Amino acid sequence: MLIKSQKDFFSGLMFTVVGAAFAYGATGYSVGSGGRMGPGYFPLLLGVILAILGAIIMFKALVSQAHPDGDPIGKWAWKPLFYIISANLLFGVMLGGLPSIGLPPMGLIAGIFALTIVASLAGDSFNLKEVLVLSVILSIGSYAAFILLLKLQFPVWPTFIAG
Amino acid sequence: MDLINNLALGFGVAFTFQNLIYAFIGCLLGTLIGVLPGVGPVATIAMLLPATYALPPVAALIMLAGIYYGAQYGGSTTAILVNLPGEASSVVTMIDGYQMARKGRAGPALAAAGLGSFFAGCVGTLILAAFAAPLTEVAFKFGPAEYFSLMVLGLIGAVVLASGSLIKAVAMIVLGLLMGLVGTDVNSGVARFSFDIPELTDGIGFITIAMGVFGYGEIIHNLSHKEEDREVFTGKVEGLMPTAEDFKNMVPAVLRGTAIGSILGILPGGGALLAAFAAYTIEKKTKLKPGEVPFGQGNIRGVASPESANNSGSQTSFIPLLTLGIPPNAVMALMVGAMTIHNIQPGPQVMTSNPELFWGLIASMWIGNAMLVILNLPLIGMWIKLLTVPYRWLFPAIVLFCAIGVYSTNNNTFDIWMVAAFGVIGYLFIKLGVEPAPLLLGFILGPMMEENLRRAMLLSRGDWSVFVTRPLSASLLAAAAVLLVIVMLPAVKSKREEAFVEE
Repeated sequence: MLIKSQKDFFSGLMFTVVGAAFAYGATGYSVGSGGRMGPGYFPLLLGVILAILGAIIMFKALVSQAHPDGDPIGKWAWKPLFYIISANLLFGVMLGGLPSIGLPPMGLIAGIFALTIVASLAGDSFNLKEVLVLSVILSIGSYAAFILLLKLQFPVWPTFIAG
Repeated sequence: MDLINNLALGFGVAFTFQNLIYAFIGCLLGTLIGVLPGVGPVATIAMLLPATYALPPVAALIMLAGIYYGAQYGGSTTAILVNLPGEASSVVTMIDGYQMARKGRAGPALAAAGLGSFFAGCVGTLILAAFAAPLTEVAFKFGPAEYFSLMVLGLIGAVVLASGSLIKAVAMIVLGLLMGLVGTDVNSGVARFSFDIPELTDGIGFITIAMGVFGYGEIIHNLSHKEEDREVFTGKVEGLMPTAEDFKNMVPAVLRGTAIGSILGILPGGGALLAAFAAYTIEKKTKLKPGEVPFGQGNIRGVASPESANNSGSQTSFIPLLTLGIPPNAVMALMVGAMTIHNIQPGPQVMTSNPELFWGLIASMWIGNAMLVILNLPLIGMWIKLLTVPYRWLFPAIVLFCAIGVYSTNNNTFDIWMVAAFGVIGYLFIKLGVEPAPLLLGFILGPMMEENLRRAMLLSRGDWSVFVTRPLSASLLAAAAVLLVIVMLPAVKSKREEAFVEE
């Protein structure tokens, strides 16, 4: 059978899989009875409901006539996805360091530069000078707002400099 | 008249030049910090709380009230301008507010939010002053079964938040409920779905989900279009203030929102939050005038009504706080913390033992609210300038503020890994055409719902009929059923789809 709506079919699939996973996970906890619900009762119930809803959505996606063009999901935007998520992860690494490879925390300022540069790569055009100016502005702004004004406990400078 | 006397007492205490200055400073700081994406009212108040320790009690409460209103309005500003909810209640404001901003009508949206909540705050204050004692009785009538039914009603109402397929919206709510259950089970202490990760036993943070799904997901989706045909905002910004036409549409919406908020705010435990959702639901069910913008595409009523409901709800939520001693939400819990620091014990006795403090507090909430309007209406022009910043500079800044925001909630890099995961999930949601707003509501209500279900079933010894034999609970469930039928009716359904087909 042909899929009439790709978006609906795969979202249904997602709901069914996630619901089933939650329901399966819930059976690992004590389920209990209606009067004395264990920690597994409510998640099991919801997981089953979600899986059924997903199945209905999948079924409807196979028979529905609403989308003559097949309602395709379309191309994935791998480039922005990769750069935005990496920028975020890199920021975390800069703030917290990676003890597993012996990288010390580099602090907020280095994190801001790394995040801004990598995130900007996600855009259509990349102008290093402009991005560096933006990083400086964001660094000064964040330092003033979060460190000076709000006194948040952030490592600002690399630990090997600040000690 | 007790009412007049009481209010006069309150304003007599609160209305000094010095206190007004504190209200102003609080409001300004609250707005400036609350406007940062990822920093909601709770975080703002928590950060600024120490600044008020040294002040005399009334001044401290007034400053906190200013911070609270400022932060809340700042959160709505971010929701409207960059589509990032700073707290649960702005999820609703965001839907139509952001669409208005995209159409160059950010000014009227911000003004509607400010004016609507000011009006609602005034009404809420009056109700609080007049009916505090009798209204407590209503809250006592609500047992676990009623709460569960109320939440079912709220969740069914949340379906209308989504503009696409009905069943997908329901599935998103259930998914949200499930995600809300991650973490330690309060009854048994079992860590559920935590995969032995210590950070997950505390549950997933609201900010983490909101920033990941709305912030990162949306940015990735926006960047997937070419710069020329990326329609983030129209360059043309029309007017800062609402037009006469806008006011005509706004006024009834504000009145409805205020009424709903005042009623639901009395219920302890998320009443004010549900009020915003309920108000939006009702607005969406009213008939559109010819030529009016449909909901979900930038209808001013969709901003004015939930903002009013939220605000009148947070005023009347003082009733459970002051009479039962139960803080209705995290912000109020912080306010209680601040009160105890100043030797005020919330509870029924506060009204009689410290009348000048009680009424002073109510008056200061009003002053904070008024200060907000005075401060923010002129600021609207400045916020709108923000929209003229080119997207290629704006999006790295948003990514940065999201990352800093989630990190600062726990000072833990684990939250940064989580927000990355939710960014990917958020993009997946967009690609699959499922809308995340219902998910967030389910996520917030999940733990509360389970809690009340378990309590109700324990009290009834496992008898499910308890939900229909108690009259209040039964009528709430009946209302939910009616709502569901209305949404599913073919005539309404086709209209609904017609109104919400993607542009």
